Amino acid sequence: MSMLDEIPVADPAAGNPEVIQSPKPVSRFRLVLSRLRSTPRFWVGIIGLGTIVLWAIFGLAPNAWNASDLDTFNMGSSPTALHWFGTSDIGEDIYAQTIVGLRKSLIIGLLVGPLAAIIAGVVGAVAGYVGGWWDKAIVWVIDLLLVLPSLFLFILLSPIFKSLSWVALIFLLAGFGWMIMARVIRAQTKSLRERDFIKAARFMGVDTWTIIRRHVLPNVSSLLIIDATLGVGGAILSETTLSFFGFGIQAPDVSLGTLLASGQSAAATRPWLFVFPAAILVFTVLSASLVGDALRDAVDPTSGVNRE
Amino acid sequence: MIGFIVKRFINYAILSAIATLSAYLLASTILNPAGRYLGRNPRPSDETINSILTGLGVNPHTPVIERLWTWVVNLVTHGSLGDTIHNTTVVSEMTARAGTSLRLLILGTIIAAIVGVAIGVWGAVRQYKFSDQAISYASFTILATPSFVLGILLMILATLLNNVLGVQLINFTGEYTAGLDGGWWVQFWDRAAHLLLPTISLALMGAAGYSRYQRSAMLDVLSADYIRTARSKGRTRGSALVRHGVRVALIPMSTYFAYSFATVLAGAAVTELVFSWHGMGEMLVNAITQSDINAFTGAVLFNAVLILIAGTLSDVVYAALDPRVRV
Amino acid sequence: MNSQSNHLLEVRDLSVTFPQPGGSVTAVRGVNYHVDKGEFLGIVGESGSGKSVSSLAVMGLLPSSAQISGDILFEGRSLLGRSDRELSKLRGEGISIIFQDPLSALTPVYTIGAQIAEALQLHDRALSKLAANARAVELLKIVGIPNPERRAQSFPHEFSGGMRQRAMIAIAIANNPRLIIADEPTTALDVTIQAQILEVLQKAKDLTGAAVVLITHDLGVVAGNADRIAVMYAGRIVETGTVDQVFHAPTMPYTIGLLRSMPNLATAGHTRLVPLEGRPPQLSNLAPGCPFAPRCPVAIDACRTTEPPLTSIDGNPLNASACLRVEEISGGALNRAALYPVPAPIALEERAEVAPKTVLAVDQLVRHFPLTKGSVFKHSIGKVRAVDGVSFDIKSGQTLGLVGESGCGKSTTIMEILELAKPQSGQVTVNGRDVSTMSAKERRTLRQDIQVVFQDPMASLDPRLPIQDIIAEPLTVHAVPARERSRRVRDVMELVGLDPSMASRYPHEFSGGQRQRIGIARALVTDPKIVVLDEPVSALDVSIQAGVINLLEDLQEKLGLSYLFVAHDLAVVRQIADNVAVMYLGRIVESGPSSEIFDHPQHPYTRALLSAVPVPDPTLERSRQRIILQGELPSPTEDIAGCNFRTRCPLYQLMDQDGQEQCRTLDPARRQVQGSSVACHHSEHIDLMTLATSQP
Repeated sequence: MSMLDEIPVADPAAGNPEVIQSPKPVSRFRLVLSRLRSTPRFWVGIIGLGTIVLWAIFGLAPNAWNASDLDTFNMGSSPTALHWFGTSDIGEDIYAQTIVGLRKSLIIGLLVGPLAAIIAGVVGAVAGYVGGWWDKAIVWVIDLLLVLPSLFLFILLSPIFKSLSWVALIFLLAGFGWMIMARVIRAQTKSLRERDFIKAARFMGVDTWTIIRRHVLPNVSSLLIIDATLGVGGAILSETTLSFFGFGIQAPDVSLGTLLASGQSAAATRPWLFVFPAAILVFTVLSASLVGDALRDAVDPTSGVNRE
Repeated sequence: MIGFIVKRFINYAILSAIATLSAYLLASTILNPAGRYLGRNPRPSDETINSILTGLGVNPHTPVIERLWTWVVNLVTHGSLGDTIHNTTVVSEMTARAGTSLRLLILGTIIAAIVGVAIGVWGAVRQYKFSDQAISYASFTILATPSFVLGILLMILATLLNNVLGVQLINFTGEYTAGLDGGWWVQFWDRAAHLLLPTISLALMGAAGYSRYQRSAMLDVLSADYIRTARSKGRTRGSALVRHGVRVALIPMSTYFAYSFATVLAGAAVTELVFSWHGMGEMLVNAITQSDINAFTGAVLFNAVLILIAGTLSDVVYAALDPRVRV
Repeated sequence: MNSQSNHLLEVRDLSVTFPQPGGSVTAVRGVNYHVDKGEFLGIVGESGSGKSVSSLAVMGLLPSSAQISGDILFEGRSLLGRSDRELSKLRGEGISIIFQDPLSALTPVYTIGAQIAEALQLHDRALSKLAANARAVELLKIVGIPNPERRAQSFPHEFSGGMRQRAMIAIAIANNPRLIIADEPTTALDVTIQAQILEVLQKAKDLTGAAVVLITHDLGVVAGNADRIAVMYAGRIVETGTVDQVFHAPTMPYTIGLLRSMPNLATAGHTRLVPLEGRPPQLSNLAPGCPFAPRCPVAIDACRTTEPPLTSIDGNPLNASACLRVEEISGGALNRAALYPVPAPIALEERAEVAPKTVLAVDQLVRHFPLTKGSVFKHSIGKVRAVDGVSFDIKSGQTLGLVGESGCGKSTTIMEILELAKPQSGQVTVNGRDVSTMSAKERRTLRQDIQVVFQDPMASLDPRLPIQDIIAEPLTVHAVPARERSRRVRDVMELVGLDPSMASRYPHEFSGGQRQRIGIARALVTDPKIVVLDEPVSALDVSIQAGVINLLEDLQEKLGLSYLFVAHDLAVVRQIADNVAVMYLGRIVESGPSSEIFDHPQHPYTRALLSAVPVPDPTLERSRQRIILQGELPSPTEDIAGCNFRTRCPLYQLMDQDGQEQCRTLDPARRQVQGSSVACHHSEHIDLMTLATSQP
């Protein structure tokens, strides 16, 4: 699959010189910000994400029930003024459960995204810059992990992680979530390596690690930020899928995945058990990916071919 | 060109082989096949368990390298993938299930690719117009939906539809209706009806991804100089985009197809589980839960071969589309 | 407004605005020009002057977001407001265009022949596929592509840059258009290929009788080809007239400055260039008044309040200038030659004392790259002789200009030197020390003495670092304390003419010329003895070049630096170099003092190269004899027996049997002929070439 390298990586410095003469020397950061501001998708995403986070933090306050409370008088009730999202067969308040599950899923997503991006950045930069056997070895590992669907690996490794706390899941997801981005970073680094400012540093005698730290990583940072953002949604998707099939978060911990699993059997007859948590889940992931996509468009309007 | 394809094929073949072998090693170290027998009542004796495990070739007392060697030798000499814990051969289990999975995968992938490419092109040409925005938001929403949620939502919708119509129009549990009488025509329709929802589910996921990708590949092409040249020759914008643009924008799609295929496989496995299909995905997941090392490795091999085929196929398409790699 | 027009193309008060997030940009602001049948109009301007945008507007190929006003009349009919479908009938048939970059302008997945046939069939539905293909082959033959039947089956990536541009011309003339727009058609090409393409363009013009609009930044290119010129600045035409009027009696101070700031191959090297200070205005927020006023040495108060219209000079409708003081200039009250102050040379007492010793010596340097084939089992099928035995030396305080076309190995040569590693073969000696025998630590110390300035100032500065860190970077390697570093950075910024108070800014806040000064400052901060300059001005606009070249000359005199100056622009090299070495296919074919090489070239390649360079002087251009080299640069993988230039050598054609035999079998060694060292068997007969080309 080394053909991925041949996907053109747009050079951010290149532009159409005749038409897009920047009006005044605006910094890249400001330019990105102004492009972001004019993207409706960004606003939809950031407001959605902000609402979800605030709701996860404060959503329990107006609710009369806690996630562990059992309302034995209202078992299997449909949404009412008392139980906004209804209750389960044993009287758990679905609203409270959704918020608790959302918290866990959000924490996992928000930690895994950046963590995977950091791994991708370091591994990709080393492979792309150092080259040679390092590069070959890293590319092989990446290719291998791409051939084995990571979902299967998660399931395979789940017996180990089940016995540990849910925090271990964060490292598991990050540990298998960096490969595609590492390839992109590697390709970008390879083109950076041929750029004159890195050549200049090399001819000055600057050592490899300093070049990676001082020149390579800052210049791929925008990609990493995008990846971290898009990774949030991806991690939540992986986590809920694993938990849904019983390989992820284990009882008594609750995540959106476990909640959906318990609501599944009644999905057709009592849809609220399933539809409310599912809608929250989709909304969360959608918001995160809209922000990530808008960021990518703003950083590099010609991008988008590198990752989807 | 042949050289290029051969090289890529060998590359994929080695990758698939290594993936399978490392799956075997991983499974052997993580899974505990003895655990299944220890919980039985009455608990079989240690010797019994030992002999069962040795018979399966998964006895943890044998060094793992030796077990791997035996497995490889069996595969090469007898074409055997060992036995499952249910005393069937892995190969027979796979032949029984493979058709089910392939039917879903092939149909789903083809529909996804065609629909995805078509709406991707359309979205790019109508960039930022309402239809493009609508398509974009729709694909983002689908991409933000886990495949199990998508499957279940489709089932809920189908139930509603069935209830409204008062007839069981759409069947979605299992692969076919058990005990259905009738000729092969009836059987065919029954299977087709069962195929409907899982295929839609898989195709939707795939099409959403492909359309995003095709759209950005098209956008790269929209501003390309050769589109301008084609227009300067006397083509209208639309005709230049179709004749020159789409043709070039399909090139990156062929590579994307190869590396998105692993994701499609995972999505298909989840879909099978949700719709209670007895396919390869179910076999893989069950193998892990039941600590069946041989069945697991067999399922991984199946996936690896599919990726090998998909990868080579996408390289053939790539070489056919792009004269620059035909050397 | 009367929309009748007697001209082939008439552009009236054209304005083009691009809405952008940061405010809209008006790239073209009220442009008027016309082209008559069979006329050759040159539109000259620097990047961002709006010259390409105005031509794309004529073709109707601007992005749909562009707001266009004014009127464009072709054969008396207005083109604005017509639908894409209507315009597409005209494009290719009435007006065709040749774009700058021939690699990206051809669809990579279709054969060249198919792309030409497509142009034919689009405008002649009745034409059969077979007939179209046959005509495509014919067209390829016309534009001078050898083996047209076979080459029509090739894909664009199998063509060289020059051949792709020929194919573009073939597409453009396929339907015998009445107007051909050539948008920087030779900018991406080497000078000998440029000469070929301009010749093909003239031929195409003669063949079709079409009018040509040639858009370029290179005044030299229009001088020899165009009938009339329009000079654009900041989205407007600021001066227009016949070539002779504009070149010999320019009336707009911008044109005068541009002409004076260009190094001219015929005259360069004797005096300092006259720089045109400042940079073109940003089109998004133009101040009122003449956009050139901030850079104009003779601007008066009125220039800053009102923008002067294009007014004709002496009642001649074809000669006009947009300057308030046009009458003073054309009348002679303002002396053109004295309009811009000529920079003073460095005073004697400021000049560094240099003891004449060799600081850099390269002896028989070789760099071959293996060429492998086979996708499964790689095997070597040959080698690329990128650098094939190059020798030269540089004395302290001197400049060696290394010139040659792309692919000749000049970049590989300097990369080999800068690596300071043991070469494949040969020897690199810096300050009398052979670099192959040095330890890593010695090598790092030596790096202080040899620094590099790259071609593209944007690419060579890390956009994420403030310029003080960029300039100080070489010092960090040598463990210079922070306080000392910032002192040195301030000093060196002052030295290159940058305000030290700008040290904390980022590269994108500077103009192209300033960025190159930052690059020079970084090279000088370690106090080097040798500076390798890799095409240091070729990415800069003409008006900016002069300032940087002057700076380099000043610095050399003040600091006693030695330069290895690599360039493809011979005029720039003549301006700055003391000695010149000409490279061809990994070899130096001629070297010697600058005056000898430029005035008495002894190698046929040098002679052809020099004759291909356009000179910004129409009178001189008309009288020059041009030696057009045949064909393309052979691939460096080819193993050419004997002299590797003989495949294209015009002199070889003129030699007798014995002489040709010598070229075919014997690799010419360099030998002293008159003032220079030449690798040619027949330099004594070099004047045969002049005789041959002067015959009608």
